[in-house]
Amino acid sequence: METPMYQSNHRKIALGLSIIPGFGQLYNRQYVKGISFFILAASFLIVFKDLLNMGWWGIFTLGEVVGRDHSIFLLVEGILAVIISVFGLGFYAFNLRDAYKNGQKRDLGLKISSLREQYRALVDNGFPYLMISPGFILLVFVVIFPIIFVVLLAFTNYDLYHSPPAKLVDWVGFQNFIDLVKLDLWRKTFINVLAWTIVWTFGATTLQIALGIFLAIIVNQKDLKGKAIIRTIFILPWAVPAFVTILVFSGMFNESFGVINKTILAALGIGPIEWMTDPFWTKVALILIQTWLGFPFVFAMTTGVLQAIPNELYEAATVDGASSWQKFTKITLPLVLYATAPILITQYTFNFNNFNIIYLFNGGGPAVSGQNAGATDILISWIYRLTMTSAQYSKAAAITLLLSLVVVSVALWQFRRTKSFKEEDMM
Amino acid sequence: MDMKRQKLIRLTLSYAVILAMTIIIVYPLLWVVGSSFNPGQSLSGSKMIPDNATLAHYKKLFDTSQSDYLTWYWNSLKISTLTMIFSVILVSLTAYSFSRYRFIGRQNGLMTFLILQMIPNFAALIAIFILALLTGLVDTHLGLILVYVGGAIPMNTWLMKGYLDTIPKELDESAKIDGAGHLRIFFQIVLPLAKPIIAVVALFTFIAPFGDFILASVLLRSKEKYTLAVGLYDLVAKQFGSEFTTFAAGSVLIAVPIAILFLSFQKYFVSGLTAGGTKG
Repeated sequence: METPMYQSNHRKIALGLSIIPGFGQLYNRQYVKGISFFILAASFLIVFKDLLNMGWWGIFTLGEVVGRDHSIFLLVEGILAVIISVFGLGFYAFNLRDAYKNGQKRDLGLKISSLREQYRALVDNGFPYLMISPGFILLVFVVIFPIIFVVLLAFTNYDLYHSPPAKLVDWVGFQNFIDLVKLDLWRKTFINVLAWTIVWTFGATTLQIALGIFLAIIVNQKDLKGKAIIRTIFILPWAVPAFVTILVFSGMFNESFGVINKTILAALGIGPIEWMTDPFWTKVALILIQTWLGFPFVFAMTTGVLQAIPNELYEAATVDGASSWQKFTKITLPLVLYATAPILITQYTFNFNNFNIIYLFNGGGPAVSGQNAGATDILISWIYRLTMTSAQYSKAAAITLLLSLVVVSVALWQFRRTKSFKEEDMM
Repeated sequence: MDMKRQKLIRLTLSYAVILAMTIIIVYPLLWVVGSSFNPGQSLSGSKMIPDNATLAHYKKLFDTSQSDYLTWYWNSLKISTLTMIFSVILVSLTAYSFSRYRFIGRQNGLMTFLILQMIPNFAALIAIFILALLTGLVDTHLGLILVYVGGAIPMNTWLMKGYLDTIPKELDESAKIDGAGHLRIFFQIVLPLAKPIIAVVALFTFIAPFGDFILASVLLRSKEKYTLAVGLYDLVAKQFGSEFTTFAAGSVLIAVPIAILFLSFQKYFVSGLTAGGTKG
């Protein structure tokens, strides 16, 4: 590549002067731009000076004097300071780049765009940012901010015994993660909860997917009558709000009054089962209920796909002498799985975090001695328990971090495989 | 002859499976309807077809001196509606920019949204709780709505962007040549064509807050601020069974309208998910 012939050194001078925002633009004779850059930068510093000062100090020390400093407030201010600093640095980099680019134009003997042209360019280029900013700002404060907060919290000792304003919170490095592995109580609980979370996620989700696909294929048979009404009935569990049905089921499974023990099992001659107090049976009940709740979604998806499979495929297969079983495994199943795979994977991540059913059915119980989670607690409901009932904030944050890592890696792995990710348009 | 018998067996088995499933699906639903007409309060005496049916529980729910049910209902409707309105506005703006403009930070923005849509926003429960405490938004509906809207943005933006990508760009380009401004193209050309996906996003963002329990139970403290999910749980959880029939009546009153709304829009749900969510 050929180096352009520069006739002067305006670009370097402008870049150098822009160390104070706006001065480089003034040097490039863009007076209005230069002055507004300078005013912006100055007001930024004046408005945020205290917050930045306090925040950066706070996020490193988390407070030094008991009573005067509130560690958690300081942590929040610290995160705010970091976010504001990032925005500030972004503006600063833009200012440097702008001065350099325009200086370069002058060096090459090009005309610098007039104020009117700059204004037009600003409106044209700035429009998408303008559209995005309301949503983005909200996202930063209610989603991204909490995530950063949790990540940082996982490296502190914030709990009932280190609770401001009476006590200070400190950075403890990886202590929470080490405790989860080393301390008997935590390790035992963690392993049990994790194991059940995995069994739960795969058991319940696979069952609901299998049932959904199976029923969709049965209902989709050509010579079956009453498809519309059957489909409406099969969608019902999805249509009724889940929290209502879960609470209803927890009434039906009630050991002493519930209709399942009292009426159904009694009629079949089976003695009462301890659905609420025996860990094994509670887990069975949960998986059954989730299958009931979750299959209609898969059923609806699969039905959509089945209706789109062209009939010629089956006719060709019949001509080639394929059996019904072969048609099913070689045509129907691959097509259905291919079309619904991304959505089916989200079903797994959904159940991985399915707090409602665990909590509303039995509060994560029954209790188990020697661990601080109930027998049916999954990670997310354990986090809830630690936060809301025992104020183990830092441990809960550490577990949240581990949980999010799992979910995000599954998600990324999944989306790397889908087309919309590879699409040129996305990149 | 053999073919015919095979077909008969196949169809009989199919209908048997369908019948069994129908019973499994319908039984709990009918049972709760039956319970709501049962006299008495407890779970133990309730029958599917009560001996002397009563509307007493429904009357109790509508009597504001005896129950907060109407307040909860109103709270849920209010929160869901506001969440829906704000989400639709913000999501349309963001999705439109991501779909139609090429700007610095677009790729990173899309990536961020993709990752964020995978982490349910209640994973950061502790943070939301503490932040709400610090900002005084605990026990306010505003705090809850903000969290719901923020949480709805990433996933629904992807959903809508996927749909907007399928609207031909030539349309807005020719409008631009005719001298239409940015806002005009957005409001007069793209939005009318995007009506189906807007309906889907509106439904999703209306239903999600209705069914949410965890965030509402963390953020809402006082009884008169509860949403239906928290309120109904409160009704049964305190002493299980003692107010079961009242709870059943409350469940029916909420489940029926939602189910009707859902069944009438069910088609859009499925097509919306398959069209926007995965897109090829």
